[in-house]
Amino acid sequence: MDLNFSPEELAFRQEVRDFIDANLPPATRQHLIEGKGPTKEMVVEWQRILNKRGWAVPEWPVEWGGPGWSAAQRYIFREELQMAPAPSPLGFNVNMCGPVVIQFGTEEQKKRFLPRMANLDDWWCQGFSEPGAGSDLAGLKTRAVREGDEWVINGQKTWTTLAQHADWIFVLARTNPTAKKQEGISFILCDMKTPGITVRPIITIEGGHEVNEVFFDNVRVPAENLVGEENKGWDCAKFLLGNERFGQARVGASRERIRRLKVIAAQTLDGGEPLMADPEFRRQMTEIEVELKALEMTVMRVIAQDMKRRDGKPNPATSVLKIKGTEIQQGVSELLMKAAGPYAWVDGDPDAEGTNQWDVAPDWAYGLAGTYFNWRKQSIYGGSNEIQRNIMAKAFLGL
Amino acid sequence: MDFDLTEDQSLLVDSVRKLLSDKYGFEQRKAYMASERGWSPELWAAFADIGVLGLPFAEEDGGFGAGLTDTCLIAEQFGRSLVVEPWFSTVVIGGAALRHGGSAALRQELVPLIAAGEVRLALAQQERQSRYDLFDVATTAKKSGSGWVISGNKGMVIHGDSATHLIVSARVAGGQRDKAGIGLFVVEAGAPGVTIRGFRTVDGQRAAEIILDNAPAAHVLGDAEAGLPVLEKVAAESIAALAFEAVGCMDVAHAMTLDYMKTREQFGRPIGSFQALQHRAADMLVAIEQARSMSFYAVQAAEETDPDERRRGISAVKVQIGRASRLVGQQSIQLHGGIAMTMEYACGHYFKRLTVNDGLFGNADFHLRALADEGGLVRAA
Repeated sequence: MDLNFSPEELAFRQEVRDFIDANLPPATRQHLIEGKGPTKEMVVEWQRILNKRGWAVPEWPVEWGGPGWSAAQRYIFREELQMAPAPSPLGFNVNMCGPVVIQFGTEEQKKRFLPRMANLDDWWCQGFSEPGAGSDLAGLKTRAVREGDEWVINGQKTWTTLAQHADWIFVLARTNPTAKKQEGISFILCDMKTPGITVRPIITIEGGHEVNEVFFDNVRVPAENLVGEENKGWDCAKFLLGNERFGQARVGASRERIRRLKVIAAQTLDGGEPLMADPEFRRQMTEIEVELKALEMTVMRVIAQDMKRRDGKPNPATSVLKIKGTEIQQGVSELLMKAAGPYAWVDGDPDAEGTNQWDVAPDWAYGLAGTYFNWRKQSIYGGSNEIQRNIMAKAFLGL
Repeated sequence: MDFDLTEDQSLLVDSVRKLLSDKYGFEQRKAYMASERGWSPELWAAFADIGVLGLPFAEEDGGFGAGLTDTCLIAEQFGRSLVVEPWFSTVVIGGAALRHGGSAALRQELVPLIAAGEVRLALAQQERQSRYDLFDVATTAKKSGSGWVISGNKGMVIHGDSATHLIVSARVAGGQRDKAGIGLFVVEAGAPGVTIRGFRTVDGQRAAEIILDNAPAAHVLGDAEAGLPVLEKVAAESIAALAFEAVGCMDVAHAMTLDYMKTREQFGRPIGSFQALQHRAADMLVAIEQARSMSFYAVQAAEETDPDERRRGISAVKVQIGRASRLVGQQSIQLHGGIAMTMEYACGHYFKRLTVNDGLFGNADFHLRALADEGGLVRAA
């Protein structure tokens, strides 16, 4: 057993860190330090900087622009981005649709879509969930009917993240309504400018606009936009979801936010003393830090297994990542909000209303309640934490 | 980064596993516990034969020169079988004290005897008032001629009644809760002024109350006024091994629970088909995997050279392992139902050992407070 990164891996970490320091736009970093989600422009600008360096698509094969990194290097890279903090390469392009096209797509599809995905020339979004198909995704009803050289799509998608920015959407649609529900689904790529697509914002409880409803009304898509075989889209969907190995753990992001929590707790007074001096607060914070340390080691175990044998056998440790990763992130967001006390109550950014005559709260406090509210989504999306437990019971416990 | 066992480690684990599967069934263990000593001299000799008694000691001292990881792997196997012999007290705890504090002469005298199963150690550190503070020591050590004499009461000395040599923390200088002025002394169990009263503990192991009345110390481990750093190092290594032992116990308790859920039928179906129970079993798996991860970290933390870093890391281990042990222990009883409440069923015995394991060298609550007081793990700047 050897539980440490190798000297080469540590040198790589430094290389990544140096690159981020030299190239991450300071305004973007500051925006993220303040806990705000990156704007579209920030994400695009940063991904193009990474792409120029050859680092935008860490998980892709070298042939399609991947850097050829080991699992450890990929993890280090992700963690450094999260700790900087810097935007991550757009997941819909890089970790979701891209790998599906690489695995199941035709040569033409690869040449046409992959380079533009890597450079974020096209912003992709995910058309999976529907009003009647959440945890039971295979129950989706959106229909795609073949008419000549086209698919005609009708239906409704929901919870479509950042569809308002998107140029393209990858859609799961039912192409055989009489087959068993998993066996009549296809994976289809669709230009968001196609007539018949309507995007309607959903405003979430904190007031943000991240997710949308996307309506398809006789949307005609060229037949060549089918990825993989007709009625085999569920394989693509399973592959896509199974690819999500470390994304949910977000150890670096949680560590960065705990640091921030400690800075805030040291300067916030509670009963005339720094909040950091309150044993109950310290204890709550420490409990999360301990769990995060264990999660970090769990991630390492999964990486080590990936590097040794890519036998594709599921590792029970992976199932821990989603549940614990999200619980930790939610826990830290709650402590950050509590640390801000009443100043967390400011709704949104009051300066944005053009009334910044008075400083109504310390800058660091803005948005902390919003993030707390927003992050309740984490244990719901990507297969709710209850679905994760169902999967564990079936796959690992034999129940 | 590599979490796999080396070939040597695999061989070691296999030999231990084989011995335990032959000789350490639940009924066999009951017989060992019911014997006069409360453990089996036959097994003790077998442990000597396969080399686990001399494992962590340097080869030049007569040991096998294995690292902490190897010791931990044995602890995991011993946890799986709930071994009651004084291996932990002799090899892990006492062994660490001897390795980190003993002179070359003392090591060369004792290690071959330990490896042969003839010498057994126990750490007499706990006192009535000290609870989990290693530095809270009222027992005194006074110079007497060229040696020392020790006086005071030590409690909950794990396997104190079977030890041939006691390693006793005693105060040479300073007040009862001063961190300086504590020495670690080797007192032979048969020395004049030593009274030992053994008893059984709830996990089926043994412990002793020990009264020292001007008992002569044969040796002092290291600096007689600066024994606390050695004691802390001993605690850190022991905690790493205890973490592995707990993971071994949890794995078995969980596996027993899953087996039972698949076979026990109520309402005309196996109880494992009920989602409420499946989710509990999944939560146990999450806890065990996080605990296993933390046990790997424990080895790293115990070997950390900076004492403050080490203390923080080890406290984090204790918190995580203690919390997981409680959850897995309690839920394995709950999911079984009444059967696991019985003495004749093994599950409860794992629960009891996990409960005691949590308390050894400070329970999760103690270490959470300690770590929180030190500002946690993540640095603010």
